[in-house]
Amino acid sequence: MDHHLILRVITKILVGPILLYALYVQFHGDFGPGGGFQAGVIFAVAFVLYGLIFSLQRLRALFPDYQVHRLVALGVLIYAGTGIVSLLLGANFLDYNVLAEKGYKGQHLGILIVELGVGITVFAVMLSIYYAFAGRPPRLDDKDW
Amino acid sequence: MELALTLLLFTALVATAIAIAVVRKLFAVVMLSGVFSLLSALLFIVMDAVDVAFTEAAVGGGISSILMLGTIALTARDEKKPKKFSYVPVAVALLTGGALIYGTLDMPNFGSPDAPIHQHVGPDYITKTPHDIHVPNIVTAVLASYRGYDTLGETTVVFTAGLGVLLLLSGLGRSGRRRKRRTQNLSEER
Repeated sequence: MDHHLILRVITKILVGPILLYALYVQFHGDFGPGGGFQAGVIFAVAFVLYGLIFSLQRLRALFPDYQVHRLVALGVLIYAGTGIVSLLLGANFLDYNVLAEKGYKGQHLGILIVELGVGITVFAVMLSIYYAFAGRPPRLDDKDW
Repeated sequence: MELALTLLLFTALVATAIAIAVVRKLFAVVMLSGVFSLLSALLFIVMDAVDVAFTEAAVGGGISSILMLGTIALTARDEKKPKKFSYVPVAVALLTGGALIYGTLDMPNFGSPDAPIHQHVGPDYITKTPHDIHVPNIVTAVLASYRGYDTLGETTVVFTAGLGVLLLLSGLGRSGRRRKRRTQNLSEER
C-alpha cells in the first residue's frame, strides 16, 4: 500500500496510542472494564494495523514468527505457573491469598499476573493467526478491492 | 428512553442481518458483520454489561473483520449464486427461531432479582469481593480469582485454537521438511 499516503501517516500517529490503550486496559482491568482478553486483542490490533499498511514483511522483520509462537505458550505457562507457585506455598491451586503477607494483596498480585498471562497468550495467538492468514500468497490484487 | 434505544438497536440489528443475507459482495458482507458486532456491543452497553461489550467490539468488530478480509483475499470476492431457490433453509431458520422464542417465554424478566442466576453464587461474590479481594470491578474478581480455574481453561482454549490454525495454515511443517531436504541434498553433494 505504498501509494496510500494518508493511511500511512494516520497509522504512524495511531499505533503508539493503541499500544498505550491496550496496556491501560490490561493493567486497569481491576478498576474498570477490561482485562487480559480485551487488552491482548487491542495490542495485537496495533501490530495488525502496522502490517496491513506497511507490508507484512516489515512487521515480520520487526517481530519474527518464532518469537510470537513462543509468546503463545508463555502466557499459558505464566497462568498455570501462578497456580503451581500457590501449590508450592501450601495452598490450593490458583489460591492467590498466599502470594503476599496479606490476603487481599496476594489476590491483587495474583489477578495482575494471571491477567498478564491471558493478555500475552491472546495477543500472540491473534498475531500468529494474522501471520498465518496474511502470509499465504494472495489471489487478489490491490486494485481489485 | 432505554426501551426506545433498545428497540432502535434491535431494528438496526435485524436490518443488518437481512442485508448480510442478501448482499453478494463479500467485502460488503464483512463490513456489515463488523457493523453487526458494533451494534450488539451497543446493546450490551444498554444492558450494563460493559466488559462483554468491550470484548464484542474488540474481537467481533476488530480482529474478526480483519481475519475475514484475509480469507477473502485468499479465496473469492463474490458469493456464488445458488442454482435454484430452496425452501429447506428457510424452514430450518423459521423453526429454530420459533423454538428459541418459545424458549424465552419461560425465562425470567431481564434484570429480575428472582432469576435463578441471581440466587446461586452471585450474591456471595457481590458481598464478599470488597472484603476478600478489594477490587472495584467484580467481573475481574470473578473471572481471575473466584473462577480462576475456568479462565485457565479459556486461555488454554485460545492457545489450542492458535496452535490448530498454525498447524493448518502457516506451512511451518512444510518449510521445515523442505529445509531438511535441502540440507540432505547438500550433504549428498558433498
